[in-house]
Amino acid sequence: MHATVRPALSVNLPPIVTNAAARETFAGLTMRMTVSKVNFFYGSKQTLFDVSMGIATNKVTSLIGPSGCGKSTLLRTLNRMHETVRHARLEGEILLDGQNILAQDVTAYRRRVGMVFQRPNPFPKSIFDNVAYGLRINGSKLPLAEAVEKSLRHAALWDEVKDHLQKSAYELSGGQQQRLCIARALAVEPEVLLLDEPCSALDPISTAKIEELLVQLKDLCTIAIVTHNMQQAARVSDFTAFLLIGQLIEFNPTPQLFTTPADPRTEAYITGRFG
Amino acid sequence: MATTTTTVSSGGPVARSRSFLSRLREGDEIASMVTFLFAASVVLVTVLLVFELWQGSALARHKFGFNFFRTSVWDPIFEQFGALPFIYGTLVTATVSLLIAVPLGIGAAIFLAELAPARVSDTLEFFIDLLAAVPSVIYGVLGIFIVVPLMRQYIQPALKHSLGFLPLFQGPAYGVGFLTAGLVLAIMVIPYIISVSREVLLSVPRDQREAALSLGATRWESTWKVVVPFARAGIFGSIFLALARALGETMAVTMVIGNTPTISASLLSPGYSIAAVIANEFTEATGELHTQSLIELGLVLFILTFILNGLARLLIVATSQRGSGTGRA
Amino acid sequence: MSPRLRWRKFVSGFMLTMTGVCAFVAVSVLFVILGYLVYHGGTSISWNFFTKLPVPVGETGGGMANAILGSAKLLLLATLVGVPIGFLGAIYLAEFSGGATAFVVRYAADLLNGVPSIVIGIFAFALVVHPFKHFSTLAGGFALGLMMIPITLRSTEEFLRGVPNALREAAMALGASKWKTIATVIVPAAYRGILTAVLLAFARVAGETAPLLFTALGNQFWSPGWKQPTASLPVMIYTYALAPYEDWHRQAWAAGLVLLGLILIINIVARAILSRGIAVPRS
Repeated sequence: MHATVRPALSVNLPPIVTNAAARETFAGLTMRMTVSKVNFFYGSKQTLFDVSMGIATNKVTSLIGPSGCGKSTLLRTLNRMHETVRHARLEGEILLDGQNILAQDVTAYRRRVGMVFQRPNPFPKSIFDNVAYGLRINGSKLPLAEAVEKSLRHAALWDEVKDHLQKSAYELSGGQQQRLCIARALAVEPEVLLLDEPCSALDPISTAKIEELLVQLKDLCTIAIVTHNMQQAARVSDFTAFLLIGQLIEFNPTPQLFTTPADPRTEAYITGRFG
Repeated sequence: MATTTTTVSSGGPVARSRSFLSRLREGDEIASMVTFLFAASVVLVTVLLVFELWQGSALARHKFGFNFFRTSVWDPIFEQFGALPFIYGTLVTATVSLLIAVPLGIGAAIFLAELAPARVSDTLEFFIDLLAAVPSVIYGVLGIFIVVPLMRQYIQPALKHSLGFLPLFQGPAYGVGFLTAGLVLAIMVIPYIISVSREVLLSVPRDQREAALSLGATRWESTWKVVVPFARAGIFGSIFLALARALGETMAVTMVIGNTPTISASLLSPGYSIAAVIANEFTEATGELHTQSLIELGLVLFILTFILNGLARLLIVATSQRGSGTGRA
Repeated sequence: MSPRLRWRKFVSGFMLTMTGVCAFVAVSVLFVILGYLVYHGGTSISWNFFTKLPVPVGETGGGMANAILGSAKLLLLATLVGVPIGFLGAIYLAEFSGGATAFVVRYAADLLNGVPSIVIGIFAFALVVHPFKHFSTLAGGFALGLMMIPITLRSTEEFLRGVPNALREAAMALGASKWKTIATVIVPAAYRGILTAVLLAFARVAGETAPLLFTALGNQFWSPGWKQPTASLPVMIYTYALAPYEDWHRQAWAAGLVLLGLILIINIVARAILSRGIAVPRS
């Protein structure tokens, strides 16, 4: 969506990526965001240890791992949501398009990286006003109605709601509400879209619709998704990062990670020996 | 709920334990009845109260009918009683108090719920709760000795000087009056608005705020345009509660309102309120009609606060339910 | 940063600062009141204040001993009326009652709670003063007791309900009857909350003036027994504050300090009792 993308800076890939094919894939990529040696603390407790990875441009990257491994924590640093929590401290460098995200104004920054949350959380407003919220605050290049329609189409929701735009968002089903939240996030045209277990509160049919949607949205923006569901990661993402107790164990193209994992711990997790 | 105890004729340990059990049950019976009586007495007393108000004002109601609410002459000597000045005074002072207390109260609640760290918020809330416990006669003392002189010497002259072209701020200013009473009432009801609003704001789910912030909203925008609207019903509930308190407030108002039954457009004018006239005239009422008219005023006050409190409760419950469930899954 | 964003951030900072100002203003009222009463009333508190009767205008050395005793008597009566009804009624609601009765009782209690105190005064007058043709301490105590009922009832009920069912079941499984369970297990488990409720109700009615205006009325002298009108702290404060005599003002401030001090201390103690307890529901 944004015209110029600066060439990728080298990412300190964990030494675990040994596969030659994998290295080749990485070499030809541009990384929209890079995370370098990130350590995260909540009070005195450290929850992320020296994490380094990249989020590839116009691809879907998934973060997987057992409960408490730090994948949601990591995701939330990417749009600086950790700053809403007192006692949260970040060390290390996170870059968007080569620029340090921590050095920018946080309000302006958050518009560039959108987020969809675990449970659908539309505002207590109409469908239209939900999508328009970000536009009204930040200003919109297109007339409001057009921009709202565009977002709803991108979120594959337009046909279902086009005649009911003034209805309350709470009248939609769970799956529809989540797609509405996606539309709301897309409306401000973010460069990166972060999704934190977006389907965990939804039924299988809604989940399938959203997974389909994510694959299509790649062309629009870069996507990072946290998921508990390994099969979902395998279906949807191009790259997968496996975290365990705050450490990045493996970061590889998805087919490689799931068929020939480089680390025994990854293999143990994906074959279900723990979870 | 009556339990029938069957006497077992055969002797032995089984029989003894059965009658023991039945005695136990009877103990429960008695306990249940005794506590029921006490609980029922609450209902009884409440019904009696309404009855007494209704009966006690019968004479006045039959004599004046609805004119009671339309005439403004209150003359015990000629037995003419019109409630308009008191209704006017009650409504005006309540309105003024809300105009002052609502912005201040909601602002403070926002600070306590959204900005202040948990310990600061709890400490300040503790002080606010103490404020709510201050008796109204003490607020009245504060009113007489601090607010009235302030009004008379500084505020009212300043208002007349700058805004005197408005009929709101014309006429003689003695310090007491609608504005003063409204201000003292505002001070009294702010703690109610703050406590309830703070609680409903705190109950708004985190991810509403986070969703707004993640769209690039400033903290104020996420608070004012998302969190506060989400808690809207509960905040209105707190305002209704405050209004109910302001309408029924007696002591502080009667100490600073001036106790003159006038209807005046000017806020600087002295006035009267329903509760104040009852407090002042009840023990010295001349004649049955006078007393009954005062009781009718009490009935009016009762009905007003009853409706407002009922609405307030509905609204506050509505917000807490919304916070825990957002529509169909 | 675009000018629009700069403006939005300015507005955000400004409005959030204003909310802080609002909170500061609201809280400072408490300290203004306390400061004023301590400064003006503190000097008038003396031995005389607590032990002497009021003296005619123009003389000094008077006190409010009769008002202090009167308030004590009124509050004692109020507690005797309000607490048993509230407490036992709450036990009924929490342990014995069905849905419909409970709803009616609760509704009545909430209604009673919302009645303006002056209307409670009218009711007490109609019930206790009018038939006997004189004002009395009894009537005043009754009025205040009425006001204590809803607070005690609702709070006690909530704390009783907050006791986990597991405790009830354990007692019953050991063969305890219902009322025994209540008396020996449930009430003790909820005692902190119940005590707090009673204290808060007490503090609330201690400061009430309006219901006393036409029940206990007032008295310049001692009021023996229960059937005569009696002075009380809140009414004395009201009367003296409105009078044009400087000496009486000083006494009003002193009385205000004593009354407010008592009420605040009870409130603080009540909350301290509660916070030290185990998870009890907040009302």
